Amino acid sequence: MSAIDSGTPRRIGAVILRHWYLIAGSWPRFLDLCYWPMVQMILWGFIQTFLMRQSSFFAQTGGILLGAVMLWDVLFRGQIGLAISFFEEVYSRNLGHLLATPLKIGEYMAALMAVSLLRTAVGLFPATLCAIWFFGFSLYTLGFALVAFFFSLIAFGWSIGLFVSGLVMRYGLGAESFAWAFIFALAPLCGIYYPTTILPDWVQAISAILPASYIFNGMRAVLIEHTVRTDWLAVAMALNVVWLAGGVAGFLIFHGQARERGMLLQLGE
Amino acid sequence: MQPGLDRWFVDSPRAKVRRLVRVEAMDAVANSNPDTRAVFSAEAAIVVDSLIKRYRDVVAVDGVSFTVARGSFTALLGGNGAGKTTTLAMLLGLVRPTAGTIVILGKDFSRHAKALLAQMNFQSPYADLPRRLTVRQNLTIYAHLYGVVSPKARIRDLAQELDLVSLLDRPLGELSAGQRTRAGLAKAFINLPRLVLLDEPTASLDPDTADWVRGFLARYAREAGATFLIASHNMLEVERLCDQVLMMRQGKIVDSGAPKALIAKYGRNSLEDVFLEVARHGAREAAS
Repeated sequence: MSAIDSGTPRRIGAVILRHWYLIAGSWPRFLDLCYWPMVQMILWGFIQTFLMRQSSFFAQTGGILLGAVMLWDVLFRGQIGLAISFFEEVYSRNLGHLLATPLKIGEYMAALMAVSLLRTAVGLFPATLCAIWFFGFSLYTLGFALVAFFFSLIAFGWSIGLFVSGLVMRYGLGAESFAWAFIFALAPLCGIYYPTTILPDWVQAISAILPASYIFNGMRAVLIEHTVRTDWLAVAMALNVVWLAGGVAGFLIFHGQARERGMLLQLGE
Repeated sequence: MQPGLDRWFVDSPRAKVRRLVRVEAMDAVANSNPDTRAVFSAEAAIVVDSLIKRYRDVVAVDGVSFTVARGSFTALLGGNGAGKTTTLAMLLGLVRPTAGTIVILGKDFSRHAKALLAQMNFQSPYADLPRRLTVRQNLTIYAHLYGVVSPKARIRDLAQELDLVSLLDRPLGELSAGQRTRAGLAKAFINLPRLVLLDEPTASLDPDTADWVRGFLARYAREAGATFLIASHNMLEVERLCDQVLMMRQGKIVDSGAPKALIAKYGRNSLEDVFLEVARHGAREAAS
């Protein structure tokens, strides 16, 4: 059977619908999606306001911290959104049911990415609007670059999310904590709040293979120098292809190992 | 309970005999000559040949071969750890076999898994449906996954058949064990499957509900001409529903045949006595 057939959109839609039912049917879940991005935005908004009063640099580059925190949330929510959606199937012991339907593993991965996109958009959109209202900073001033930053960061998040989900499929819920640990380990390396040039040389070498490093540096270039660094965007996109391929490969390998070890039917809390 | 629902035997005695003869004839030929199994795959719902599943040093399924005739009820009987669930999981593609072949509805499962899964379905105590979603939401999702043409109509029909109408808009987590089992059965029949695999379908049900569920299964088999492979510990259920029994012990099929034929062969009064004989014989063998 080919990877895509006429039933592919319907099956992907069914998995998206499953998560939409879950989110739309529970206001605490819906609130939870928006709550943390909002708290982050308010916290960093006040830090930035304080720094703008103390430092001429921050006074001239208004919004740099708020922009960084909101773009970081794209990466973080993209990764967590994918991993949590997968964990939901494990918690509810529904994975065996799903994988014994005509749903193909590639379709399932595509559905997880779509759900992650939905969760990220729903969670972040209110925070971006409130940033305009509270602090007079609009993320949308980044213009076209914002679209490129968003998709580059969320794709990087998906690659990590797929890998971590694969780990849980293979090793069980004991590996769940990697969903948080992995992304936070990368945070200092990709220069969210500072240029990666300040990192030690050997750390810069690691930073250079992370697509997010180019995006955060690119965001600062837009806000400080009013320049869109298309060269950095191109590197980030190319790296994303490699990372996403790695995430997909990891998920497929772990899925194969879970099938081999009979874990797909047993996986649960 | 739904009035007028058929119970236990739904075939006429003649139809049941015809099914039995077909199963036994296919088994006899397939067992006498392994090379002929593929020939029979067009007529059999399931042809399993030399199936092995090994987890490191543990052999969960050890060279199992069997044939399940289309339109028949077949039971996998065996104690805990006999290999029943692993066998079912391999038939669903959830566990990769170490060796052996599986042909379902005339097609090699390893090459046509997803196309075949569209015509199959299952229920297992090892898999749940999301409990925060309502019964209707769960069934809608699976209707779309299986490509059901008119999901709303199918859900309505199933809800009526399984006495779920008043429960459709309640979260699964709020239902009793019996109600959840019926909802699980609705999922297992959402796509009008031609092959149904059930692992302990009436476990945790009170005798009345279990009886009612068996009636539903029998009626579906008659109306849809579907094939059932059931792993069960409920001997009464197997005796009453199944045409063929495959007795498993330590990953192997140690005996097979019609329930009455097995009872006669072992000189016992019930299938439960046969099961105990086979299980204890196995324990004695292991001890010696």
